[in-house]
Amino acid sequence: MSSGIEYVPVIGLEVHAQLLTRTKMFCRCPAEFGAEPNTMVCPVCLGLPGALPAVNREAVSMAVRLGLALGCTIENESVFARKNYFYPDAPRNYQISMYDRPLCCGGSLVFEDGEEEVSIGLERIHLEDDAGKLLHDRGGHSLIDFNRCGVPLVEIVTLPVIRSPRHASLYLQRIRQLLRYLGICDGNLEEGSLRVDVNISLRERGDETLGTRTEIKNLNSFKAVEAGLETEIERQRGELEAGGKILQVTNLWDAKEKRLVMMRRKEHTNDYRYFPEPDLPVLTVGDDWIEDERAKIPELPLERERRFQREYGLSAYDAGVLTTESNIADYFEETVRLTGEPKMSANWVMRDVLRELKTSGGDIGVFPAGPDALAGLIDLIKEGVVSTSAGAEVFTAILESGESAVDAVRRLGLEQISGEDVLEAIIDRIVESNPDALERYRGGKKQLMKFFVGQVMKESGGKADPVIAGEILRKKLDG
Amino acid sequence: MSGLAGKSIGELLRLYRKGEVKPAAVVNDCIDAIDIRDRVAGAFLEVFRDDAIACAEELGREDPGSRPLYGIPVAVKDNICTRGRPTTCGSRILEGYRPPYDATVVERLTAAGAIIIGKTNMDEFGMGSSNEYSAFGRVRNPWNEECAPGGSSGGSAAAVAAGMVPAALGTDTGGSIRQPASFCGVSGLKGTYGRISRYGLVAFASSFDQIGPLASDTEGCALLMQALAGPDGRDATAIADNCPELLSGLDAGLAGLTIAVPEELGGWELDPAVAAVLDEASRAISVAGSSPERVDLPGMETSIASYYVIANAEASSNLARFDGVRYGLRVDSDSLKGLYTATRTAGFGEEVKRRILLGTYVLSAGYYDEYYGKALAVRKMITEAYRDIFSRIDLLMLPTTPGPAFRLGERLDDPVSMYLSDIFTTPANLAGLPAMSIPAGLSADGLPVGIQLVAGAGREDLLLRGARGLEKLFRFRERFVPGGGEA
Repeated sequence: MSSGIEYVPVIGLEVHAQLLTRTKMFCRCPAEFGAEPNTMVCPVCLGLPGALPAVNREAVSMAVRLGLALGCTIENESVFARKNYFYPDAPRNYQISMYDRPLCCGGSLVFEDGEEEVSIGLERIHLEDDAGKLLHDRGGHSLIDFNRCGVPLVEIVTLPVIRSPRHASLYLQRIRQLLRYLGICDGNLEEGSLRVDVNISLRERGDETLGTRTEIKNLNSFKAVEAGLETEIERQRGELEAGGKILQVTNLWDAKEKRLVMMRRKEHTNDYRYFPEPDLPVLTVGDDWIEDERAKIPELPLERERRFQREYGLSAYDAGVLTTESNIADYFEETVRLTGEPKMSANWVMRDVLRELKTSGGDIGVFPAGPDALAGLIDLIKEGVVSTSAGAEVFTAILESGESAVDAVRRLGLEQISGEDVLEAIIDRIVESNPDALERYRGGKKQLMKFFVGQVMKESGGKADPVIAGEILRKKLDG
Repeated sequence: MSGLAGKSIGELLRLYRKGEVKPAAVVNDCIDAIDIRDRVAGAFLEVFRDDAIACAEELGREDPGSRPLYGIPVAVKDNICTRGRPTTCGSRILEGYRPPYDATVVERLTAAGAIIIGKTNMDEFGMGSSNEYSAFGRVRNPWNEECAPGGSSGGSAAAVAAGMVPAALGTDTGGSIRQPASFCGVSGLKGTYGRISRYGLVAFASSFDQIGPLASDTEGCALLMQALAGPDGRDATAIADNCPELLSGLDAGLAGLTIAVPEELGGWELDPAVAAVLDEASRAISVAGSSPERVDLPGMETSIASYYVIANAEASSNLARFDGVRYGLRVDSDSLKGLYTATRTAGFGEEVKRRILLGTYVLSAGYYDEYYGKALAVRKMITEAYRDIFSRIDLLMLPTTPGPAFRLGERLDDPVSMYLSDIFTTPANLAGLPAMSIPAGLSADGLPVGIQLVAGAGREDLLLRGARGLEKLFRFRERFVPGGGEA
């Protein structure tokens, strides 16, 4: 039953990204994963009595770069603050974060959704340290692994301005892409190097007053963000239409069952009693430092996508696919530089290279066929040495052997036959041995052309240049 | 006992360099003195007998001139981490805890040739002014067993005063070095905030805490300060500049120093002995040069309140880590919250609980601005007022405490009167200034009273020079010994 009121979702995202620094946020322990539990720890990240934090400047640099890429104001002075709460994954029982004076303020992320340009305004970006990992139910105990404890995080907080689950998901995809372009986070949602919490409320259309918001955690994929939000929007809408009230709750998304599970009522959560971290002086980031970081920022995804359309005449779709990852875009551009063939290069990269990466799950950085190998193949096709169809076989051979396109073609004997003398001899033989077909062709059954072309390809082992062969055939048959 | 343990650092260094004594003899004398005197005093929580003797013997094979603190036994307050050795902070909650690392100051002492002789008793986590809040027994004042040694570095002050060790490290958050130094008749120095690394000091109130020396004279304090001070990459609040040279100008005298005294002491009644030594010092300063300038002491009404709000706020957070999950005391329960509650209820003493509650309260939503925010504003105001004063003068002279040591038990039921004994010491902590107490005279009851000097930020050199000047005036160590009245 509809009350006739239209509700509009208002969504905000908090993204936590683990930075790819060599060491942790406040100590010199390696920020590595996969080590034996509790081996990457020291008095500082274990929060032992007397140990003190010292800021990792590499983490600050990365956060500044991110802030600049998103058009934030980088504060010359920002303040670390303690967030106090008792939980066994935080060995000091407080987290060192930032509160009322974050490192980066404002800014926005711009992306395209079809024809629409979407700009998501940001509230802030700040630095903090990650907590340890709790391993529950191990022989009746809960165990703690502190290896992750102290790994640097940036928290990126949007304003409550996202209008749809789809935009929330696109925003997250674009943030992930940007973090990877900047080389500051590997963006793995499943493994938690990128984590997202969403806040969602409904307001009545035409009324600017925001409704009570709820929070969703445990969104481990783009799909989960969309599905979780859709589910919660429906739930809130149903509640409101039935005349109910929205309670301030935190829900967990259960991806398997596709449902929300209430984790806690917000009123019962901690008062975090934030106050300036007395163990750390004000974080001073001078203009020189900011300019140094600005100089390290590569061409950003949206700029690159637009340039690919402009410079290479690619469709918006192709440009988007080719710029998903910076190293794929690099691969493509290098291939274009070597061949001068943007369209052919785009087709080969999007079809063969990306398919191969997807099936092998490999990284383009260690891909066996580099841009020079692909460019060699494209050149051979362009020069007519191999056919496009044979090219796919050559590409597979390059992947397996690592040899050059020329060597693969030679080894496999896949050179295209384009010599008119050779082709004429083959065609003469075929025409002579198929008098019936010739008769019917000349009698008007022009479709038989296909039959003859097929015979030529069969006879030549697929190496005949189809264009030249076609010309000769037409001359013979029609003549 | 040979009396070596009661010598000053300077005296011992001169004996070593003349080849008249070896470190092992000094360490053995310290251990003998501790064995005899500490049964009553209760100054030590742990004595590193074997390690100290082994270290002394090893040093005995070195050239005595090779290191600045060659062969000097030093006692260390028990809130400073010593690797593999108990570090309890005077609290049940850390009973049995052995840190896996040494504090920066312990590393620096050892590198300078000092010998760590043991760990000294203290008010739990540094919270107290009488040493009565230790979980491991009270400390008695060597001048009168019925009196408190002061606190929170009461064990360190008593150990030096009783001649058990030539010097000790204390920590000063609101006066915890200077007040016990004054009560026990020894010299105690707190440097500029950040002068000595806090890495390995179990935090009470991070923005105030400073480690510093207690010794029988100013030269000893200067020698220790010089060895301990300096930047440390592990403490982001440590001062990046090196400490000024402290020894070469030590004997330059009072002449040429601009010393000021307070216009009035905010209505505080001083013990006659305290007033007398201040008058005597003022006269001496006038004789040496110009009469002391009179200045208004900033924040006499507000500094104690500001100090306790900020210190307790920080403490409530700093002490959150003692929860029974990873180290120290653990009282099991069937839930996580139960474990926290049971452990902290059993592990912390009354005063610590009181301060955690106060600190939690002042940081809570709705109270932050009213208390913590306001206290920070007061602190800033006081800091600026002192900066202004020290742009015009070199040193400020004032009492360390309003009176001499009070009797054990006397103030236990009245925490506010206990807090107020810090009235003259907390301003230097609020403003992060270097300050020192030196013994100046005896009260009518034969208890020591100290005199305090405060210098501008970074000017430990002027501070020690002034203190040395007053020390020569009062000749306290030559005139008086504990239990004996006039020497």
